[in-house]
Amino acid sequence: MILAINPECINVKVGFEIHQQLATENKLFCSCKCEETENYKIFFKRNLRPTQSELGMYDAAALFESNKMHTIKYHAAAGSCCLVEADEEPPHEVNREALETALIVSLTLHSKVVDEIHVMRKIVIDGSNTSGFQRTMLIANGGYLDINGKKIGVQTICLEEDAAKLISDNGTIREYGLDRLGVPLVEIALEPVSGKPQEIMQVARTLGRLLRASKRVARGLGSIRQDVNISVDNGNVVEVKGVQQLDQLIKVIEYEMLRQHGLILIAQKLKKNNINAEVGIGDRIEDVTNILSKSTSKVVKKSLADDDNKGVFKAIRVKGFSGMIGFEPYPDIRIGKQLSELVRFYGLGGVFHSDELPNYGIGSEQVDAIKKKLQVVDDTDAFVIVGGQRDRVEFAVDALVKRLKMALNGVPAETRAATFDGKTTFSRPRSGSGRMYPETDIQPIPINNALLDSLSDRIPRPWDEIIDTLAKKHRMNKKLAEQVFDSPYLSLFEEIANSTKIQPTFIASKLTEDLVSLQRQGLDTALLNENMILDAFERLNAGIVAKESIVLIFEKIMKKESKTIDEAVAALGIMPVNEQELQRIIDKILEENMSIVKSKGIASFGTLMGRCMSVLRGKVDGEKINSVLKQKLEQLLASNTGLKTQEYQD
Amino acid sequence: MLEINALPNEEKKLTVSEYKGKSLTLLTDKGISVGDTIKISTSDNEFIAILMPRYESADENHIVVKLKSGYNIGIELSKIQFITKVDQRSYQNVSTNDSLLQIRRGGAQHDDWKKEPPPRIALISTGGTIASRIDYRTGGVHAALSASDLYASIPELVKHASIDPEVLLNEYSENLKPEHWTLIANKVSEKVRSGKYHGIIISHGTDTMHYTASALSFALQNLPIPVVLVGAQRSSDRPSSDAALNLIGATIFSVKSNYSGVFVAMHASSSDDVIACHIGTRVRKNHTSRRDAFESIDMMPVALVKGESVEMQPPQQRYVKLQERNNSGHNNFIVKSNFDSRVILLKYYPGFDPDLLSHSIMRSTYRAIILEGTGLGHVSRECIPKIQKAVESGMMVFMTSQCIWGRVRMTVYDTGRDLLDIGVIPLSDTLPETAIVKAMWVIANSNSTESAKKMMQENIANEMTTVTPIMDK
Ligand SMILES: [Zn+2]
Repeated sequence: MILAINPECINVKVGFEIHQQLATENKLFCSCKCEETENYKIFFKRNLRPTQSELGMYDAAALFESNKMHTIKYHAAAGSCCLVEADEEPPHEVNREALETALIVSLTLHSKVVDEIHVMRKIVIDGSNTSGFQRTMLIANGGYLDINGKKIGVQTICLEEDAAKLISDNGTIREYGLDRLGVPLVEIALEPVSGKPQEIMQVARTLGRLLRASKRVARGLGSIRQDVNISVDNGNVVEVKGVQQLDQLIKVIEYEMLRQHGLILIAQKLKKNNINAEVGIGDRIEDVTNILSKSTSKVVKKSLADDDNKGVFKAIRVKGFSGMIGFEPYPDIRIGKQLSELVRFYGLGGVFHSDELPNYGIGSEQVDAIKKKLQVVDDTDAFVIVGGQRDRVEFAVDALVKRLKMALNGVPAETRAATFDGKTTFSRPRSGSGRMYPETDIQPIPINNALLDSLSDRIPRPWDEIIDTLAKKHRMNKKLAEQVFDSPYLSLFEEIANSTKIQPTFIASKLTEDLVSLQRQGLDTALLNENMILDAFERLNAGIVAKESIVLIFEKIMKKESKTIDEAVAALGIMPVNEQELQRIIDKILEENMSIVKSKGIASFGTLMGRCMSVLRGKVDGEKINSVLKQKLEQLLASNTGLKTQEYQD
Repeated sequence: MLEINALPNEEKKLTVSEYKGKSLTLLTDKGISVGDTIKISTSDNEFIAILMPRYESADENHIVVKLKSGYNIGIELSKIQFITKVDQRSYQNVSTNDSLLQIRRGGAQHDDWKKEPPPRIALISTGGTIASRIDYRTGGVHAALSASDLYASIPELVKHASIDPEVLLNEYSENLKPEHWTLIANKVSEKVRSGKYHGIIISHGTDTMHYTASALSFALQNLPIPVVLVGAQRSSDRPSSDAALNLIGATIFSVKSNYSGVFVAMHASSSDDVIACHIGTRVRKNHTSRRDAFESIDMMPVALVKGESVEMQPPQQRYVKLQERNNSGHNNFIVKSNFDSRVILLKYYPGFDPDLLSHSIMRSTYRAIILEGTGLGHVSRECIPKIQKAVESGMMVFMTSQCIWGRVRMTVYDTGRDLLDIGVIPLSDTLPETAIVKAMWVIANSNSTESAKKMMQENIANEMTTVTPIMDK
């Protein structure tokens, strides 16, 4: 995306909240293994309802979620789930290893550890936590991250449980996998920083490296997630969740800058229209089901068919908004799109609005009828239509009216989700900070100085030192060393480099550049586990497969064409050739070519090597073939005196 | 005489009383109470936060505060250099009507009942909270027991009935005693005799809910309407609480069931979909924490509430007698609400000291022993002489099985036959917990040992059946 605005002019501020999974064996509040699976065998369904607060009010976000009245279906697998994840058993004691890691991270970031840790329940009722809350505890306050001498403030460091994994959501039933629920996470919130998106990204990268340097955090896709709080001047803070990769992060920041600034520009234009939000927006809401049932629009027909043909359409009159719902200060940034994202949250397809009609099979006849029914007489008045299942439409109408009123103030405070291509979509109103109460099932944990002193020895070496050492030890350039360090495979790399004779740069490039390029082709690295990678390199080391085959093997696995390295090797026609077989094959080739051996003596080597390679290419390393063939040929010649040997020696 | 806390605990006045020792002294000196906003400087940090209550079991070296972020932390007393009150706790009095307006779940409206008045249900709470409110400011959880609180928390109720809540007790169920059963039975009786109700729901802590259910089954005979006990395995302050669905299920069952009697309504599985209604004498808490902890033993639940409909188990598969509901008549309704707790329940185990039997006799406080024997109803040979002595001294000795499922049958093995010979009375498939409640009731409601023994062997409230159905457990 080409930036149409200068980030400094609108004073973009970005605050990071990094969620890093820890590499503990067990979960935070039970002894289940932290292992991802798709092999679910246990299922149950739940509903969550908001809890009432003392003020007799429900939290806005909680109410919003509950209004959707989702049924939640949970998928569980033995080994990674027990009754604790199922919210059928109280939590066990806090995982000591996870707690120590969180304390070490706090010490590394110069943060002040609290005297006594209290586990809290943070209400989350989208279903991602079976209990309806996430257990979280504040470990430390303050501190800083050093980036080339510049200190970025740390606000808080928390230890918390990861949420369940969203499998699907069809609008009525939401499904989650419980294997990830309860995996320990450290959450690090940094002070907001301003600057160019590239510079801001550097902050996230540095923090990620600092965490990886501890060797106590999980690696790989999904093991680190960034929530980003983004704001611009005169706007509200927008929280974007689920940013998984750094290049995605830059795009998200750029997109939000445009979106937020765009919304402010729209608000400025709207202000000129002197709209009275309380009177003018949503003062007339009419059922237009009958009018729209005459349209030829497929979208309309589909919505009407909802809920056993009981779908309805409602229209909202919006005074003074004509031309403003479709107005785009930046490409694709317009109120209409914000409204569509909003109603999708209620399981509805989108909205129609007067700026885009007649169109989409809704004719001018229908538009006129709607205007008449809504008493839209002024040219400056607009309307918005939404349709589908009745109760959803009612909720959506309420939400739309609220959102349209907010348009006058520019950027609403809300939580948005990052999309894969680096944009964001509405997910829910931003929740207040007060939705927390104590987890009474777990006693407070006092932290004494003796414990902190003992952990201070375990503060990891700075990540840049680790990268330098890595580069030196394995004779790699710094860039490659950084790539290995940033990849999920640092330990695997070290293991392969230390246990085989394969060149470290070769291993490194396979584990980074080649895997990344396979991933860019849309292939899934998760299919290729560490044991498989290790297996492939061990075969290379043993001369059973050739260098060129490594990436081909990975590709077979990641394309789901082979499930194991054996299968991949077979599919590629690389039959594993053992020492004995190699001897036999070469013997056979020598035998078949006895006439050449006899006539040319040692000079036949080149021809023989060619014949061997045509049979053994990719299966046995060329050097290995070379040495075996050479040895056998020499033996053969020596035992058959009279055969020529000199030429070879020349 | 037992002191019964017949009023709910007043919402505890927030003071510093949970603090002890040094921390209490410091807070009292500074005039700081729980809920106050305070400013604290320590050797390495500074906080503006709200003082929180401290757990009774926690040490006296920390004070607990809630930071602006919502997190609680403990601050070590010895590190505090400066502490002062910044702001007094303000008590807020906000009605719940706003929240009722805010939530519109499933289109629940009083309008449904414009044509005819809704069925009325009395809701008696004895402890455990069906609905609660969280004070996110202090983290406190308070019971929400008024009708408006209930409707605000569980708006679906409006669709099914008009509910009259009344707080009778506020106790953890492990603290309930037979005297409380009497109190509850009398309260139910009062409600039944008022003739106003389609059903009575009793909210109850789950730990001993099945004992209370048994007790009420014996105490309240020929009930014209259903009496349904309901509890929650997950407390109602959690979004995942089972309380609301259990109460909705109990309400629907109370309104729609064709049968009267005492029942327990709880989750049928780990899922939030079906509520199982169990017969009061045949139900048991079989799990410490699962939602579906309550199970009917040796029979299917008598009804399942699915959505808004009640699926009764067909009579031919029920093997128990249920009484037809009769909303208008309570002429035959009998209340015998006294219990005599001079009964002991003894579980036999390898290594069981036979002298325990004589000790218990020595105490002469007991009138009956319920044995929870092994298998078909056995105890070791060494116990037999002791039991014989007990029987001879006038003690009633009854046999149930620790297997829980199945019935005792003491004619199969020698030990069983010997026990029968010395006068041990088998209680067929009566559950051990039901048996002790029944014995307490029988002793209080019979005039001789002989008639008590006879009553123990009669089926009074489906506690003793004749058929064990084949079913998957
Ligand atoms: Zn577990």
